[in-house]
Amino acid sequence: MHRVTLFAGHYGSGKTNLAVNWALMLKKTHERVVIADLDIVNPYFRTKDSAALLQAAGIEVVSPEFANSNVDLPALPAELYGVVQQRGRYAVMDIGGDDRGAVALGRYAPYILEENDFEMIFVANFMRPLTQTPEDALEVMREIETAGGIPFTAIANNTNLGRLTDINVVKEGAEKAERLSQLCGLPVIFTSAEKGLGGLYGVKNVFYIELQKKYYDII
Amino acid sequence: MAKVLMKGNEAIAEAAIRAGCRHYFGYPITPQTEIAAYMAKRMPKIGGTFLQAESEISAINMVYGVASAGRRAMTSSSSPGVSLKQEGISYLAGSDLPALIVNVQRGGPGLGGIQPSQSDYFQATKGGGHGDYHLIVLAPASVQEMADLTVKAFDLADKYRMPSMLLADGTIGQMMEPVELPEETDGSGVEKPWAVTGTENKREHNIINSLYLVPEQLEVKNLERYERYKIVEQNEVMYEEYMTEDADICVVAFGIAARVSKNAITAAREKGIKAGLIRPITLWPFPTEAIAKAAEKVKGFISVELSMGQMIDDIKLAEGCKKPVALCSRVGGMIPSPEQVLAAIEKAERGEF
Repeated sequence: MHRVTLFAGHYGSGKTNLAVNWALMLKKTHERVVIADLDIVNPYFRTKDSAALLQAAGIEVVSPEFANSNVDLPALPAELYGVVQQRGRYAVMDIGGDDRGAVALGRYAPYILEENDFEMIFVANFMRPLTQTPEDALEVMREIETAGGIPFTAIANNTNLGRLTDINVVKEGAEKAERLSQLCGLPVIFTSAEKGLGGLYGVKNVFYIELQKKYYDII
Repeated sequence: MAKVLMKGNEAIAEAAIRAGCRHYFGYPITPQTEIAAYMAKRMPKIGGTFLQAESEISAINMVYGVASAGRRAMTSSSSPGVSLKQEGISYLAGSDLPALIVNVQRGGPGLGGIQPSQSDYFQATKGGGHGDYHLIVLAPASVQEMADLTVKAFDLADKYRMPSMLLADGTIGQMMEPVELPEETDGSGVEKPWAVTGTENKREHNIINSLYLVPEQLEVKNLERYERYKIVEQNEVMYEEYMTEDADICVVAFGIAARVSKNAITAAREKGIKAGLIRPITLWPFPTEAIAKAAEKVKGFISVELSMGQMIDDIKLAEGCKKPVALCSRVGGMIPSPEQVLAAIEKAERGEF
């Protein structure tokens, strides 16, 4: 397990959900875990929504001071330097969507590259309209790498259709992730699925996650 | 057509493109910026125009220009930006031009905040700009409706030669849900013989204008327009009824407030309270008849809003003050919880409004 795990991808691909679940998993085997929100793009639905859950599990949370507030001020906190410079903690970094979101990563990239103990995960949801094919996803990958200054090292298949997700959606996503893997030469580190979704025989490395739902998610 | 997972804002943008809109003019503001971002990415690939104007006022006047030429055009913004557009919206109405204005509402007044709100109800349904006019106002409550009602808004605008507004809120703009995208059309379903497209010396030239030097003529224009509004009121009212057949308590809510209310109604039913929901989908024209009909049999109404009591006035007018109407609301970027709505239903059940 690398000390720093970064989740980046097209916006709405599910980076925050994966980052939160990854941090909770890390905490089971590691004493000190910190999760950092680097999102300067998204105004709603952020790591901070899960702050109480994460802190109750003993995970440190570093997020922008004005996240989830009424202020549209995309300023990142000074504590973020601690996440990349102090190497005593396992860190999960939630990067903002697309290349515009990944720009914020550039400031911290030199420290991460110098330490060279990271996994940079491209989160792919092939049910998103602008990344429905491996080729489109690859284009987004390259844009993010250029903006953030850190090369991807792995792909996570997070293909889902919200509440209509079924095993076919996940499996089709897994197949497309394999094709993306062939295109870019990076391994598929896991396929995510909501806890309780059965029948994923034949899908490699399933990472079961819990989703943070809001009360208006139900129609 | 297979479903995809989209943000509400993206669904608006893609649906507009599929409705044949090739001209988008806007100025960024949270929480609707994804509409502009999506248009910026897609429009150049399909020969359309994405233009980030120097201000909201410029953007709405660019819409006026394209609409005059008979093409489908739109702009989008959030509350403070839509206030800036009001002059242009009045000019569109006064020139009988079809166009789509999207308002993904945030807290106000003033600069307010970036969290969701419904406090532009009055502005959207009662004018906003100067003069006697209406907009067709559609209120989506899901990402699917963000797409479907965008298409509907263009169709109705063309059909009645008037601007339409999609009145959403920040939550539905930002949330992600599965959506089946509408069929592609070129948006030329309605003939527009009034458009300024060049006469080729074959006809009299058309004039698009809202200035009338003779007051008698301006009066006639206003009267004609209101005859058309009457037809819209007769033909285009849309609403959803949920568990209203035997309801004692009728909740009225639109958009995100309606979703929260449905959860509260389910909880109320589990407690043996007969609650139901009328969800206006068109805010103008308002579902007056449905409310009046409900007033015959319910004990009272609850208006659930993300505002200080705006739609409640239309409910009172519709039911003719026959039954009490309570307000259940949060403001400033807050959303009522199902528990809060349930408490209001329980109070109403006890006869307290």
